[in-house]
Amino acid sequence: MIEINHLTKRYGDLTAVDDISFAVQPGQVLGFLGPNGAGKSTTMKMITGFLAPTSGSVSVCGHDVVSEPLAAKTLMGYLPEGAPAYGEMTVQGFLHFIAEVRRLAGSARQRRLDDVIQRLALREVLAQPIDTLSKGYKRRVGLAQALLHDPKVLILDEPTDGLDPNQKHEVRTLINDMAADKIIVISTHILEEVDAVCNRAIIIADGRLLADDTPQALEARSRYHNAVTLRFEKHAEIAGIRRHVEALDEVAAVESSDKELRLTAFPKQGRVVLPAVSALAAREAWPLKELHLESGRLDEVFRTITSNPRRTAEVGHA
Amino acid sequence: MRNVGIVFRRELASYFATPLALVFIVIFLVLASAFAFYLGGFYERGQADLAPFFNYHPWLYLFLIPALSMRLWAEERKSGSIELLMTLPVTLTQAVLGKYLAAWAFAGIALALTFPIWITVNFLGHPDNGAILAAYVGSFLMAGGFLAIGACLSAATRNQVIAFIITVVVCFGFLLSGFPLVLSLFEGWAPQAVIDAIASLSFYTHFQAISKGVIDLRDLIYFGTLIAAWLAANALVLDMKKAD
Repeated sequence: MIEINHLTKRYGDLTAVDDISFAVQPGQVLGFLGPNGAGKSTTMKMITGFLAPTSGSVSVCGHDVVSEPLAAKTLMGYLPEGAPAYGEMTVQGFLHFIAEVRRLAGSARQRRLDDVIQRLALREVLAQPIDTLSKGYKRRVGLAQALLHDPKVLILDEPTDGLDPNQKHEVRTLINDMAADKIIVISTHILEEVDAVCNRAIIIADGRLLADDTPQALEARSRYHNAVTLRFEKHAEIAGIRRHVEALDEVAAVESSDKELRLTAFPKQGRVVLPAVSALAAREAWPLKELHLESGRLDEVFRTITSNPRRTAEVGHA
Repeated sequence: MRNVGIVFRRELASYFATPLALVFIVIFLVLASAFAFYLGGFYERGQADLAPFFNYHPWLYLFLIPALSMRLWAEERKSGSIELLMTLPVTLTQAVLGKYLAAWAFAGIALALTFPIWITVNFLGHPDNGAILAAYVGSFLMAGGFLAIGACLSAATRNQVIAFIITVVVCFGFLLSGFPLVLSLFEGWAPQAVIDAIASLSFYTHFQAISKGVIDLRDLIYFGTLIAAWLAANALVLDMKKAD
């Protein structure tokens, strides 16, 4: 378990991380979200013991990162931002170096090396210097390094940055496979990733923790949550349809676009609009192409929460 | 101790993974011989010793050792690998020692490869091999001193060129303080104790003392203290600036 208590980091007048507290349990995949410069990487650097906090504390499985750094670092695997490595080393040489530092020996060492090389598909570049690899391979070498000692705690700073869609998918599968008994913290600004791998999301901006919830609960904060979107054939009369929908009791607001032949009906607080809208569509025989229920848009929630951090923070804590 | 060894081996291997090792060793050997034979008049002196060879080592080191030390930490900081190293279960002291010892061992390898000149002088005459060995030890210690200064200053910047230039300047100061040129500025008005103190700070004074063939405990303590002090400063600078 990771416990973070009132963690703060100041650089002169600038407060990079401002009094953040949370705890992560095994089995949780925590997505760390925030705009660039929000303090995600700084927080991760403090969790892994690279940076000393200005105040507050981090403890990893009971070991305080500042007072027992070696015990804490032994338990963690860390992929720093940009996946730095020793560029002049070959992939093989680099992984062997990490295995030595991680005290892996004998058959366990070979088994772990084989495992990460196979999982991250590094076999064919083993003999290449890391400097000569593509961005995707470099990132995978960084991941291999973090996973090598099969750590209880994984801290991954933008693990899929620079990967192509196939590789992204593979890395997400990898994270999902490992998630059951580990503590995994990933930072990202790709919101679909949160849906794909995380069962908990924390949003920070300006160094402050603004939201801490499951991705589904965050989506439910969206005004699109339970809204219904309709798309029509070319000859549809959007204006007339719009009047019908607006007249429904459950509907709070309607947005439509003549150009895109699209209409979205937003429900009133705590109401559902899908049955009424679909019944209406059937009765009026609208030239429907598509009708679907929105689950909520994470990017919209993200924008709302982070665009005015101070006010949202107060609302969030209320 | 085991971690120092792991960091040491990785670092030493990385010298040989790039052309750096080859370029450094070749240039070191060429310059060391050129100085000894042309400037030092190795043959013309008609004496079977290596004084003309060792006399130029301080000057050779002044430019070559900073070239070796400039990458030590500046490169780690620039590439970000310092974040990897510092989040592995390795202490700061172990990392500083491992990397420093690797650079020193590399300088030692380059120095050891000058052995043909020792064979030559033994072939031509009957030199005092004890004195030659002492001079080699002195030269190696001096290289260690330069390297410790370079390692610390390399940690202070992520720019290797800046690390190089500052190291040359600081090392130049440490060399020069033992020269008559500098000491004569103080002679005549400053007490002898002050002049001795300034001279005793110099690599040159201690290197000269050892290369005469006498390994004095005071000279060993000088180099030991100097290296330890600069490495302690290195760790301190790293701790303060690693994340910048």
